[in-house]
Amino acid sequence: MLKRLLLASALCATACVPALAQTPVKIGVLNDRSGVYADISGEGSVAAARMAVEDFKAAEKGLKVEIVAADHQNKPDVGASIARQWYDRDGVDAIFDVPTSSVALAINQVTREKNKAFINSGAGTADLTGPQCSPNTVHWTYDTVALGNGTGGAMVKRGGTTWFFLTADYAFGQALQRDTTEVVTRNGGKVIGAVKTPFPTADFSSFLLQAQGSGAKVIGLANAGGDTINAIKQAAEFGITEGGQAIAGLLIFSSDIHALTPKVAQGLVLTEPFYWDLNDATRTFSDRFAKQAGGKKPTAVQAGVYAGVIHYLKAVEALKSASDGSKVVAKMKELPTDDALFGKGTIRADGRKIHDMYLFEVKKPAESKGPWDLYKTLATIPGAEAFRPLNQGNCPLVSKS
Amino acid sequence: MPTILGVPMQALFGQLLLGLINGSFYAILSLGLAIIFGLLNIINFTHGAQYMMGAFVAWMLLNYAGLGYWWALILAPIVVGLFGVILERLLISRLYKLDHLYGLLLTFGLALIIQGLFRNEYGVSGLPYAIPSELSGGQRLPFMFLPNYRGWVVVASLVVCLATWLVIEKTKLGAYLRAATENPTLVQAFGVNVPLLLTLTYGFGVALAAFAGVLAAPVYSVNPNMGADIIIVVFAVVVIGGMGSILGSIITGFTLGLIEGLTKVFYPEASSTVIFVIMVLVLLVKPAGLFGRTA
Repeated sequence: MLKRLLLASALCATACVPALAQTPVKIGVLNDRSGVYADISGEGSVAAARMAVEDFKAAEKGLKVEIVAADHQNKPDVGASIARQWYDRDGVDAIFDVPTSSVALAINQVTREKNKAFINSGAGTADLTGPQCSPNTVHWTYDTVALGNGTGGAMVKRGGTTWFFLTADYAFGQALQRDTTEVVTRNGGKVIGAVKTPFPTADFSSFLLQAQGSGAKVIGLANAGGDTINAIKQAAEFGITEGGQAIAGLLIFSSDIHALTPKVAQGLVLTEPFYWDLNDATRTFSDRFAKQAGGKKPTAVQAGVYAGVIHYLKAVEALKSASDGSKVVAKMKELPTDDALFGKGTIRADGRKIHDMYLFEVKKPAESKGPWDLYKTLATIPGAEAFRPLNQGNCPLVSKS
Repeated sequence: MPTILGVPMQALFGQLLLGLINGSFYAILSLGLAIIFGLLNIINFTHGAQYMMGAFVAWMLLNYAGLGYWWALILAPIVVGLFGVILERLLISRLYKLDHLYGLLLTFGLALIIQGLFRNEYGVSGLPYAIPSELSGGQRLPFMFLPNYRGWVVVASLVVCLATWLVIEKTKLGAYLRAATENPTLVQAFGVNVPLLLTLTYGFGVALAAFAGVLAAPVYSVNPNMGADIIIVVFAVVVIGGMGSILGSIITGFTLGLIEGLTKVFYPEASSTVIFVIMVLVLLVKPAGLFGRTA
């Protein structure tokens, strides 16, 4: 593949020069291609990036875009060394996606050091636009604050005033519990207990029993991927929701619910920035995506990669160069965003992309018309309310005035 | 309400029962490992992958052949057991004369390949598998809500473990097996087909793993990595019980499930490590394991 592209560009160097001076752009999609997050990002994100280049009509606009991809195995050291190699040797201009917060923070550093661009879609930690914010980074899709805000706030308003957390015992889980606790108490709720579960855990029954015994109205799952799936599956088995307690999944993607099926996950309330069945534009995109991805609908992370690539290319087109990462990111912040999946939006000074978030409830089996008919929309959370206010993130790029 | 160290008695009973349920999985899996190690001297690292295959075969039977849980409980161990037989004939049987390490490397490599193939085909999110309707719902005990299916898991695994133990300790076939473990050359001299015995034993050990996989399918996420997580714990169980000790692995499996359950109440952060702490202590005091014989 790479060879063929190189050959094509070599041929082009001799043959196409008179036509149009082309701006070369090399995009690296770095994510989990074999582990727990491979289904939410993985090859699907690469397909989304390819579709974005196609839809942007990059070639007609004088951009010669090339896409490379790699597996960071959810390990910060592996991710950082791939990023260095891409930037130093392979001429990559921007890295996209990067789920797993610890890896994302590492790429954030490397990108800043090399003055390239980093458009994150997959990771959750709000520190990327907080204390660790960088003039070379945009955080596109979601973050822990927005998740806590959406689900935490909504559950308290629906009467879920007392909370018990099942928290994955590592940085991400604790950040999610911290940010959600803040929202719950601000809305007048109370956290009456929490249990730190080892990561990963197959059997949650013991922790669920503790949560049940606490009498809390809401059991908050501050975990992700396989842990969340196991916890929800076993909560259904132990009749938690029938007993009047509600489950709040704090980080859940449509691919997780698809794996659980509405029969098991029904009634679950969750926050996502994207769902394939939101409107005509998302449906058209998702049908096209499914054709390339073996019938799977895109997750929010994959949609974020698509939208991020489009906006990035828009900035590169305006500058006619992708070489200076901080200039490209500054241009991205200057231009308003507009794409088929997230609609109109902006990127703030701290790198936070602002768009609406949605509060969804998983449908009952009777309401679901197909294996991917999963959510009904409870509320739209306007972008201005969904994310952490600009002056509260302790980002050094934001003046304190 | 009476309490122990600040934990209500009732909650404690619930946790003990859950520990026993997890212990059932440990017991079946470590039993299979112990049988294979006892007779073949192979440290079967593919055991986790074979457990995962059991769960996947159950899913395939349901989705491609329309056969439900009860059929899967019988057919999946047979299918995966046959796969084990082929594996033993083609690859593992060539390693008996070599050091343990070669068997370990081969089975470990196979486990990685099998998991990779399943991941490539089915992704990592997992596949849905429902609890059979006969066993859905649960009993409201005085101290907890016990799902019927969990009760069934304990009963099924106890029956399988006891039956296996009886076959090995009380029947003629079991006597051959035990004799072949002691001295294969001599047993062969008496006209017993030892290579066949080895093949069937491996197949049976693998079938036990697949059986545990089918039991796990309705309660855990059916995904290609499910075996990789549990197999390390099960190895610790086998080491604590004494490599190759049949009864040791059953008793240790259930006991460690209980201890793990208690840790989840008193200090949840340590619940994934407590078994390894016990393993270290046991190895220091009794290197052959609790039920093992010192060579």
